[in-house]
Amino acid sequence: MKAKGGLLLAALGVLALPLSAVADAPSPTVLANTCFSCHGTDGKSAGAMPSLAGKSASEIAQRLREFRADERENTVMGRIAKGFSDAEIEALAAQLGSK
Amino acid sequence: MKKIDRRTFTKLAGAAGVAFSLPAGAGVALGKSPRVVVIGGGFGGATAAKYLRRFDAGIDVTLIEPSKAFVTCPFSNTVIGGLNTMARITHSYDGLRAHGVTIVHDRATGIDAAKKSVSLANGGDVGYDRLIVSPGIGFRWGAIEGYDAATSQTMAHAWQAGPQTVLLQQQLAAMPDGGVFIISPPVNPFRCPPGPGERISLVANYFKQHKPRAKILVLDPKEKFSKQGLFKEGWAALYGDMIEYRNASNDGTVVRVDAANMTLHTDFEQHKGDVINFIPPQQAGEIAQLAGLANDSGWCPVDQQTFESSMHPNIHVIGDASIASPMPKSGFSASNQAKAVAAAVANLLKGEAPGTPKFVNTCYSLVAPDYGISVAMVYDFADGKIVKVKGSGGLSPSGASAEFHKKEANFARGWYDSIAQDIWG
Ligand SMILES: Cc1cc2nc3c(=O)[nH]c(=O)nc-3n(C[C@H](O)[C@H](O)[C@H](O)COP(=O)(O)OP(=O)(O)OC[C@H]3O[C@@H](n4cnc5c(N)ncnc54)[C@H](O)[C@@H]3O)c2cc1C
Ligand code: HEC
Repeated sequence: MKAKGGLLLAALGVLALPLSAVADAPSPTVLANTCFSCHGTDGKSAGAMPSLAGKSASEIAQRLREFRADERENTVMGRIAKGFSDAEIEALAAQLGSK
Repeated sequence: MKKIDRRTFTKLAGAAGVAFSLPAGAGVALGKSPRVVVIGGGFGGATAAKYLRRFDAGIDVTLIEPSKAFVTCPFSNTVIGGLNTMARITHSYDGLRAHGVTIVHDRATGIDAAKKSVSLANGGDVGYDRLIVSPGIGFRWGAIEGYDAATSQTMAHAWQAGPQTVLLQQQLAAMPDGGVFIISPPVNPFRCPPGPGERISLVANYFKQHKPRAKILVLDPKEKFSKQGLFKEGWAALYGDMIEYRNASNDGTVVRVDAANMTLHTDFEQHKGDVINFIPPQQAGEIAQLAGLANDSGWCPVDQQTFESSMHPNIHVIGDASIASPMPKSGFSASNQAKAVAAAVANLLKGEAPGTPKFVNTCYSLVAPDYGISVAMVYDFADGKIVKVKGSGGLSPSGASAEFHKKEANFARGWYDSIAQDIWG
């Protein structure tokens, strides 16, 4: 995303804008890092939390949408998933999904 | 600032394996890798150090932290309640070393924002291109008459984990059955709003098993406390009438502490305890005060996108010390802020835009070993400040099943294991 955003900005020739004018979306890395406090660094859980590592991008996106829509049993993920937009869920899934 | 001559400098640098910069005129790492110095190896600082290296292994990261190992406040209530030992909440810095972080076990005594250098208690200075400060809290000693650092040796606060945690645990273990434990939480804002509720719960759990005739009196200078409904639901179900809670309008405000007589004075009454846990009002850690990073509130104003100080350039203040409202002062918040700030700093050092942050916070609390509750929130950065994402977050449901509480207690332990590994592993 950062690289893509950079390219896009470069293409538009707006790289020289003051920093405050660039209202970027959070990068996929920044988004995914918020999950690691529970799911462990790079999604490798250190204990009772489920690991995200090894899951496919489509599974992660699917689960997040289900949590967000209260369509899947959960204790906390519904409350978390409701804080992420469709675009952010796609970015998270692409970032965290096993390659 | 203490000056050192070149000989001492070389010796120091050699001994510590650190490239110190000279205090004056030497410039900072010209043409070399950019250097970031981090003050404080707790939830904010240790995360920032590790994630800076993850974002860009070309950054020279030096962490200044006096302790050889970090003892977490999270889960310290389980130690106080006799469920865990100190080893369970103590973490070494070897993990950070493995990520290429240089660790200097010393205390920062001053920051020279103009020269971009930090002075150390044992002498010498460390220069930086950008500085991240995460010193946690300090106490406003004397703000409540009769409570100061000396008093805390008999009447523990246990709001910084370590010897204070052990002191309170031992006092509770030595307390006779039928004794009275008094806990007095502070005014807002303070570190970990649900922390007192969890402590009351886990002490009650300990009493229920070991001193069933003991009582707990809570003297709160506030009208209500974090997760109050959920805590009270759990207390009623588990601890009967063991806990008496008094809020501000019920004469809960302590105005004077008499440590010699183990007595707390409110406006209208006085209360004698066998063990008293007095948690004093708080402010940003001492180094933030010394370095002029705090404002009149005692906390540090920052640009909420990059957490760069509003008082001094090139210095980022994160964690409990910063004014990050609406985020609460929690370890989870501090660690999430650190990650976003590490990304911003890595970008800024490359001359790029800092990027937009996103934050999550969740505070788990144990009402009993198999009874967990939580409060969560997701935050965006919009229109120049941190805002809650509408519709996200909130409390665990009230009236939940025993099975649900058991799951959350299990996830509370899972959270602790993951975040500890994410920060110090
Ligand atoms: C009882 C209790 C329970 C809690 N439970 C939870 C919980 O379940 N979940 C949660 O998210 N949060 C919890 N918290 C809150 C959490 O502990 C803090 O919010 C968190 O520690 C803040 O991180 P920090 O980096 O700001 O400060 P800290 O983690 O306190 O780190 C500060 C570090 O800076 C160092 N330092 C200070 N001054 C200097 C100096 N001059 N030079 C060098 N180093 C210095 C200190 O030695 C320390 O290591 C709890 C707190 C308490 C008291
Ligand atoms: C507060 C801790 C916490 C945070 C933060 C968190 N999760 Fe979760 N996650 C959980 C828990 C607990 C579960 C199990 C379901 C439940 O009880 O909510 C879970 C389940 C999941 C699952 C389903 C796993 C499975 O095996 O079915 C996915 C996918 C997931 N989380 C993704 C994420 C992503 C992506 C993020 C970051 C945006 C995130 N989580 C942040 C605690 C967390």
